[in-house]
Amino acid sequence: MHTEPSDMDLIGQVLKGQQNAYATLVNRYQNFVFTIVLRYVKAREDAEEVAQDVFVKAYRSLPDFQGTAKFSTWLYTIVTTTSITFLRKKKLEVHSLDKEGVFEVADAMDSGMRANQIEQKSKVNMVQEAIRMLSADDAQVLTLFYKGEQSLEEIAAIMGKEPNAVKVQLHRARGRLKEKMERYFSQEVKDIY
Amino acid sequence: MNTQEEMEVQLWDYIDGSASPEQRSVIERLILEQAAWKAKYQELLEVHQLIGAIDLEQPSMRFTRNVMEEIARYQITPAAKKYIDNKIIWGIGVFFIMMILGFLVYGFSQVNWSAASDSKSSLGIDLNKLDMSQMFNSTFMNGLMVLNVILGLMLFDRYLSNRKKNYMKEA
Repeated sequence: MHTEPSDMDLIGQVLKGQQNAYATLVNRYQNFVFTIVLRYVKAREDAEEVAQDVFVKAYRSLPDFQGTAKFSTWLYTIVTTTSITFLRKKKLEVHSLDKEGVFEVADAMDSGMRANQIEQKSKVNMVQEAIRMLSADDAQVLTLFYKGEQSLEEIAAIMGKEPNAVKVQLHRARGRLKEKMERYFSQEVKDIY
Repeated sequence: MNTQEEMEVQLWDYIDGSASPEQRSVIERLILEQAAWKAKYQELLEVHQLIGAIDLEQPSMRFTRNVMEEIARYQITPAAKKYIDNKIIWGIGVFFIMMILGFLVYGFSQVNWSAASDSKSSLGIDLNKLDMSQMFNSTFMNGLMVLNVILGLMLFDRYLSNRKKNYMKEA
């Protein structure tokens, strides 16, 4: 029976000079990394460039990976710092948790597509759209918890916060997501409940 | 925290599986017995399932190839102990050992061993007979200095060529 090599096995191979083993790691995590980067960097071209940079940085720093945390946790830490560095360089606005005007921004983002396109969207696409309207922090915590297979403690390590703070943020992020769905996708939400 | 908020926090803990066994049994009973709890639970569970069902974004088809092409230009940053070439360490060691040996050989060759009995020194060497100015003017000393300079230049050349090689690799 053929089993997938573990992350640690692949890292060991890369460190021994088998560069191709890294391609397996890239394939394994590229969607996770790209999705989290997109939570910060809205343009896909920029997000792809940042995600690529994340994997290059991770490759060059691989000897520093101690194996005390999961490789994915370590990788997502690089994602967060690289995305924030990119935004600082580009001087783009990061919608922080408590920043006023988040709803106005969401209104602006929503206004263009709302009229004709919503009807065609599936429920899952509706959630995707609603997540895009959230702040980067909220969107990241939801993505890491639901799709990144990270525990609250691991998310706390990635985001540089206390686990309890992450737990509260996760609760609030889900609340805000629900609010967005009810506000902007009311018809779909009625279908759901 | 109001009652509604409190209810949501408890239900999220229940859904996430982070509630203690005691809390779980209490919440289960509340869901069964109270309509408000049941309705809220179903609402939150739906949100939970919807978020869990979202797809991850996919980068372009060339993504992995782009990354592999990019990393082909780089070397993995080696551990600190591998930074320094052992040959350079040995070269520096040989350089200093030769220098010390040169001084010792020349110094001893200048000693008048036959005058040892007249010496006032506890070592049996008449220090007055050691002519330091001769040490630094002799052909032997000049030769040694030239040899050391050549060794120094060779080490410097090796250092520069290593740097150039690394730079070419990164470029």
